[in-house]
Amino acid sequence: MTFEYAPAPESRSVVDIAPAYGLFIDGEFTEAADGRVFKTVSPSTEEVLSEVARAGEADVERAVAAARRAFEGWSALPGSERAKYLFRIARIIQERSRELAVLETLDNGKPIKETRDTDLPLVAAHFFYHAGWADKLEHAGYGHAPRPLGVAAQVIPWNFPLLMLAWKIAPALATGNTVVLKPAETTPLSALFFADVCRQAGLPRGVVNILPGYGDTGAALVAHPGVDKVAFTGSTGVGKEIARTVAGTRKKLTLELGGKGANIVFDDAPVDQAVEGIVSGIFFNQGQVCCAGSRLLVQESVHDEVLDALKRRIATLRLGDPLDKNTDIGAINSAEQLARITALTDQGEAEGAERWTAPCELPSSGYWFAPTVFSGVTQAHTVARDEIFGPVLSVLTFRTPDEAVAKANNTAYGLSAGIWTDKGSRILAMANKLRAGVVWSNTFNKFDPTSPFGGYKESGYGREGGRHGLEAYLDV
Amino acid sequence: MSERLSVFKTYKLYVGGKFPRSESGRVYEVTGSKDQDWLANAPLSSRKDARDAVVAARKAFGGWSGATAYNRGQVLYRVAEMLEGRRSQFTREVADAEGLSKAKAAALVDLTVDRWVWYAGWTDKIAQVLGGANPVAGPFFNLSTPEPTGVVAVLAPQESSLLGLVSVLAPVVATGNTAVVVASERSPLPALSLGEVLATSDVPGGVVNVLSGRTAEIAPTLASHMDVNAVDLTGAGAGTALATELEVAAADNLKRVLRPRTGEDFAATPGTERLTAFLETKTVWHTTGSLGASGSSY
Repeated sequence: MTFEYAPAPESRSVVDIAPAYGLFIDGEFTEAADGRVFKTVSPSTEEVLSEVARAGEADVERAVAAARRAFEGWSALPGSERAKYLFRIARIIQERSRELAVLETLDNGKPIKETRDTDLPLVAAHFFYHAGWADKLEHAGYGHAPRPLGVAAQVIPWNFPLLMLAWKIAPALATGNTVVLKPAETTPLSALFFADVCRQAGLPRGVVNILPGYGDTGAALVAHPGVDKVAFTGSTGVGKEIARTVAGTRKKLTLELGGKGANIVFDDAPVDQAVEGIVSGIFFNQGQVCCAGSRLLVQESVHDEVLDALKRRIATLRLGDPLDKNTDIGAINSAEQLARITALTDQGEAEGAERWTAPCELPSSGYWFAPTVFSGVTQAHTVARDEIFGPVLSVLTFRTPDEAVAKANNTAYGLSAGIWTDKGSRILAMANKLRAGVVWSNTFNKFDPTSPFGGYKESGYGREGGRHGLEAYLDV
Repeated sequence: MSERLSVFKTYKLYVGGKFPRSESGRVYEVTGSKDQDWLANAPLSSRKDARDAVVAARKAFGGWSGATAYNRGQVLYRVAEMLEGRRSQFTREVADAEGLSKAKAAALVDLTVDRWVWYAGWTDKIAQVLGGANPVAGPFFNLSTPEPTGVVAVLAPQESSLLGLVSVLAPVVATGNTAVVVASERSPLPALSLGEVLATSDVPGGVVNVLSGRTAEIAPTLASHMDVNAVDLTGAGAGTALATELEVAAADNLKRVLRPRTGEDFAATPGTERLTAFLETKTVWHTTGSLGASGSSY
């Protein structure tokens, strides 16, 4: 029996996208010095949404100089005043959250259900949480009068554009730094709307500067000698390149990089709940999540039962128009990312893993990839080792808890892991042995501004969120 | 009657709880601060020695990081006890190495003993200071705890042959990491003798491994080693080309890097910076839902 759903589109009329946007430097929108622009498209339709200025080296120079000028005043403000600016920003984001959710869905391709219910509430919460820190830093455990670092260069990815901006900007401003932020080239719009939020909040000019651009813009920004702090979220390859760039400088570096999270299901786990967790672990945001549970480790005795239930559940996921309120799976963010997912899954098949694809129709325009499960995967398979960053799950099996730990830790990454079992002592023992920065027991993909997030090993270093996250922006 | 001829010590490396010579068979001449006095021939470690030391450190990591914090504290306190008993030996070695009077060297050895005591007391407190529950907005118990990073390569300071060495080494092992230490190139003898102290202090073999030799020869192997998780570049010297080169190499597997600092005063009371440099934060989310009639807590 097939359920038919009537279309339930969220209205686009709440957001007014201008045909062109500039760089946001020193409180004003400005063209790039060399006049270059690039187009940003909606991944679900390939419609051009806007034309955005592309920052070059001269613009990086201007933005860093503006942030430096603003630093003196901003860092000298009483913490209680900085706090009020951040509270204002949090409130304005809450007020404009529907507009920003629709904008994010248009520019990123993720379902409105996620931008509305996950991204935007977390963005506002992040500013609200850090606002409260601004005048309490002497209680944070970093000395009696912890000092800011100066100008923070921040480069963020396209998978959670506004949320990653919040993770970067909120702690930086709360601790008294000023920022130059480069959003990803495929998702620049919400950061530019955020510039308008700063304007409404009356934030002093130069405290936040936004430089849309490609990798070369980011490279110029992190290499700029006037920068005191570099924060990057993105691929492990680029993260290593940035670590080499800042070597030998005074710049403080934090990196939040890739992952290949193990989601471990024991035979005593409640299967239905576990299946929901597996689905949210790998299909949330089309699997374009650094902490995705992309490796399912299922105890051998329940492998068939779990896999059958999982396929049944995946078959009910609705893929399509991201603005439709019933949509579960939106578009892949770009043609480039779609090509990467396609290449890796082709390789998985070629190496002998068994491929299953959800029976769903893909729209004729835009970038789409149907939910996919590989079973019979071994640790040597590419789909068990490389981060795919798409809606692709690799299923491996284990017999004993020790084997599960060994397999889960057998990766260069160490960002996330999940444990599904009814036995409390097993949860604690497993959590203890997993080499990962975030472990979810009987849940997955939960985030909160009070909870430090970040990786072990090649998933990067430093933490974002919580008391721990402040350290990245303080001179300690 | 002639004066009794003293017995020299053959200084050897300390790797995996044993005292091997360099696999290369090489040694180099160690002289006192005035250059002309020969003190000993120290092993001139090779890159292979460095790799062997990493293997030993990795092998020891599971046991040491899994030991209780109380136990690690007891073991480090035992190091202080053993060192205290050898004060006169180390006073002589430090005096020779750094060209100090007996009194000044003795004061440094005392500080070194006290440094072990300070870190011995930290092992079972650092998790309480750094960790804690996070009040997330949902039905979860969310707890962050510090965990050791893994195998740490430590380039000991060049000038302070014993106090400096212990000041960079003790915090690494106090938090449950295992270490490969490259001793001061010019003054390696106190470090090599420290190996003898560690070997008799209940420190499991491989937790600390001590190499002597050319820092510039051994350090690149450690900085680029894919099974080393972090590097302390203190001994490379602040602002040197070597320090930059090592930091670049460390990026290959994203080692945590502690950069060298200028004018570090090892006699000062240490803060927690060196303890926290080689710790990871693990955050675990536990579901807490209600215990209603359904019995479900998911």
